[in-house]
Amino acid sequence: MPDYLATVDWARAQFALTALYHWIFVPLTLGLSFLCAFYESIYVKTGNEEWKKLTKFWMTLFGINFAIGVATGIIMEFEFGTNWSNYSWMVGDIFGAPLAVEGIFAFFIEATFFAVMFFGWNRVSKGFHLFSTWMVAVGSNLSALWILVANGWMQFPTGMAFNPDTARFEMQDIGAVILSPFAIGKFTHATSSGFVLAALFVIGISSLFLLQNRHQQMAKRSIAVAAVFGLLSSLFVGLTGDEAAYNVAHKQPMKLAAMEGLYVGQENAPVVAFGIVNSTKRPGDDTPAFYQEVKIPGLLSLLANREWNSYVPGINDLAFGNPARQIPGAAVRMANGKIAVAELVNYKAAKKSGDAPAAATALARFSQYQADLGYGHLTKAAEAAPPVATTFYSFHIMVVLGTLFPLLFLVVLFHTMKGTIEHQRCLNSINIFALFLGYIAGMAGWVVAEVGRQPWAIQDLLPVQVAATKLASGNVQTTFFLFLTLFTVLLIAEIRIMLKQITIGPEA
Amino acid sequence: MIGSLTHMQLQELWWLIAAVVGSLFLFLTFVQGGQTLLFTATKDEQEKALIINSIGTKWELTFTTLVLFGGALFAAFPLFYATSFGGAYWVWMLILFTFILQAVSFEYRKKPGNLLGARTYEIFLAINGSVGLILIGAAVATFFTGSRFTLNEYNQVTWQTQFHGLEAALNPFNLALGLLLAFLARILGALYLLNNIDYQPLNHRLRRAAWINFLWLLPFLLFVLVSLVTMDGFAVDGVTGVVAMEHGKYLNNLLAMPVVACLLVVGLLSVIYGVAAARFLDKRSGIWFGGLGTVLIGLSLFALAGYNHTAFYPSSADLQSSLTIYNASSSHYTLTVMTYVALAVPFVLAYIAYVWWQMDSKKLTLDELSGPEADKMY
Repeated sequence: MPDYLATVDWARAQFALTALYHWIFVPLTLGLSFLCAFYESIYVKTGNEEWKKLTKFWMTLFGINFAIGVATGIIMEFEFGTNWSNYSWMVGDIFGAPLAVEGIFAFFIEATFFAVMFFGWNRVSKGFHLFSTWMVAVGSNLSALWILVANGWMQFPTGMAFNPDTARFEMQDIGAVILSPFAIGKFTHATSSGFVLAALFVIGISSLFLLQNRHQQMAKRSIAVAAVFGLLSSLFVGLTGDEAAYNVAHKQPMKLAAMEGLYVGQENAPVVAFGIVNSTKRPGDDTPAFYQEVKIPGLLSLLANREWNSYVPGINDLAFGNPARQIPGAAVRMANGKIAVAELVNYKAAKKSGDAPAAATALARFSQYQADLGYGHLTKAAEAAPPVATTFYSFHIMVVLGTLFPLLFLVVLFHTMKGTIEHQRCLNSINIFALFLGYIAGMAGWVVAEVGRQPWAIQDLLPVQVAATKLASGNVQTTFFLFLTLFTVLLIAEIRIMLKQITIGPEA
Repeated sequence: MIGSLTHMQLQELWWLIAAVVGSLFLFLTFVQGGQTLLFTATKDEQEKALIINSIGTKWELTFTTLVLFGGALFAAFPLFYATSFGGAYWVWMLILFTFILQAVSFEYRKKPGNLLGARTYEIFLAINGSVGLILIGAAVATFFTGSRFTLNEYNQVTWQTQFHGLEAALNPFNLALGLLLAFLARILGALYLLNNIDYQPLNHRLRRAAWINFLWLLPFLLFVLVSLVTMDGFAVDGVTGVVAMEHGKYLNNLLAMPVVACLLVVGLLSVIYGVAAARFLDKRSGIWFGGLGTVLIGLSLFALAGYNHTAFYPSSADLQSSLTIYNASSSHYTLTVMTYVALAVPFVLAYIAYVWWQMDSKKLTLDELSGPEADKMY
């Protein structure tokens, strides 16, 4: 009997690995495509060849990044089938549609117009070339839309019903899937964070040129556009982030509690501005949640419910229940879920033996408890809580960095307007460093979103261990290391090529 | 009108849509064929650059079509997606690996500081063009020869061999179809490059390459065709849904669906004409005949596998676990929604064709490789 639990862990590790590698490249694609489109628009409008040279320089870097983004992306789609085949069957009726739509509406736009953007300078008109560059930007961001709709649905499943005969969830309302607050929140927050990263990328590399006294004019022009784009995007990231937290509070309260290390629910709940998580703390025990902490009272209540004094449930309330607040808790939901699982088995057996009344009874009982179906697969209530330290730290890193970026863009913009940016050696050094912070912020965001919703592949309905393919773990372990090796080699190659192109600069 | 289609009509329609996307992918494998010709049809770096830059504007279309093929199967036949990808794990993983290698190789091959050197990226392209296609062919061939899996009552797959799909490559029919695909891609690659590049010495060799690869293809083609019309197939009882082996099932399918037989014959003749036109008639339009022929052959294979009460993803380990387009499909609602979405496909095809025409109306020449925009070339 193969050890399926280990398979789940390897499958999760592999998904985390491939997703995080993919997210090194995707945000830059999302934002830099728009910046290239802005730069080329200025070139077409002014006819100034310097802007064309500038555009082509950023396009070269875009192309290098794009290639490895595509390479790391293909595996993501098929990994749902290879490593998560039970998931693919149980929710494929809903989840497959956005992936197919993504292919039809977005990927072909990217693939078709990318070729024009790079090879079409001499082959098509100036106007059609500019149109193509814009289409690459639109296509890239549309791709993000559909996969984020799919991700949003995993966080907040809606618009579907369980079909006991096929043992899967089936779509009932595509509008609810696409327009769910999670889908919209994911799309706006993730894409705008990509814009921020691209602005940091352009500003960071341009600052390097300024420090080296190379390509000054080009660098200042690039910074001017990127700083405005970055400032607007980073403000939007904050706005959509607030909306995302509000959604999480209402649909994934356990994730919110883990994000703040809140074990015991309270009114006027605080945000931990700074904290060192007690890693030995477990749900339900009496040890303190933090070794050290600095709290801002009421802020978490405000974030979650838009009211300072409102109640925010903690991990213990959600795991073990809190009758005073009418929170059933995972323990009760597990009991319900086990009834649902058992009645589904009874229903199947009754159907098979042709016992219609027994099937109807089982089905009625199943329907009563099916909202807690996923909990039926958990073995103890504490399993319903995600890893707190990882979720807490990544959330706080993301928020702190996300707050710094608009300030940085503001300072950069101020010096650009004043015409003094090339003399700000300290600021320009910070700008280079800030690029790495941009990558960290984006990664941290995905860690919050995905680690924070454990143990669920589909929130409340399908835990990861049921979603995974029944494979001996050695298979998944092997492909994990194959991907790790291959992606790492390709990443090193990508970084070296990028650095070489930056050294060569726009003069080539 | 779409809203009034029955579930069964939608299932048949979506098998057709999947077949169209899959067949277009087969046509677009001229990119993979071109990648392998990089080693056999060129004499120097300039000629390599011509080939790379010619197929370099098209590789993403092929790649995207493969991704869409996967996405369409996921959306329309999720049980196939779950069963095949989760079960024939290693075949799909290796195929994906070769496509990861491909995706970076065009861009990185000639870039300074690329870590592995141009030669390595060329080998990556060759691996994708050969191993990648052979494995895809072997995987598609299991539509006819079956795989060793079982499904439980919750439709969870258990693969019955520890090789997780790699065993498919050892079956002669599967292997032959894989090799057939690889040689067909080389033929298409030669025909496409011949049409797209203006450089006499290379063009001459490409005409020869189309012909020689056609000769290589012939024995595998004959073996596959003879096997196909003589082998037992996986028949589904139209009323009970019970799957049973039927002698000469695919021949029976051809006879029961004369349109499919016509598609197959016309497709084969079209490919043959495309090759002959390039080799003996001094024409450069062979790719359009070869491409059309490939699409028609692809459509006929998908039709043989899925229509006329046939299990398209059969299990040789447990016949009743076999997948049909009816038991593997999405719900009526999802297929209806997806059909509305598919109305956009002709529009997508139209803009691809327009851009293709815009980009390829001027042939690729050596001058362009050293021209003012050469810095953006691969």
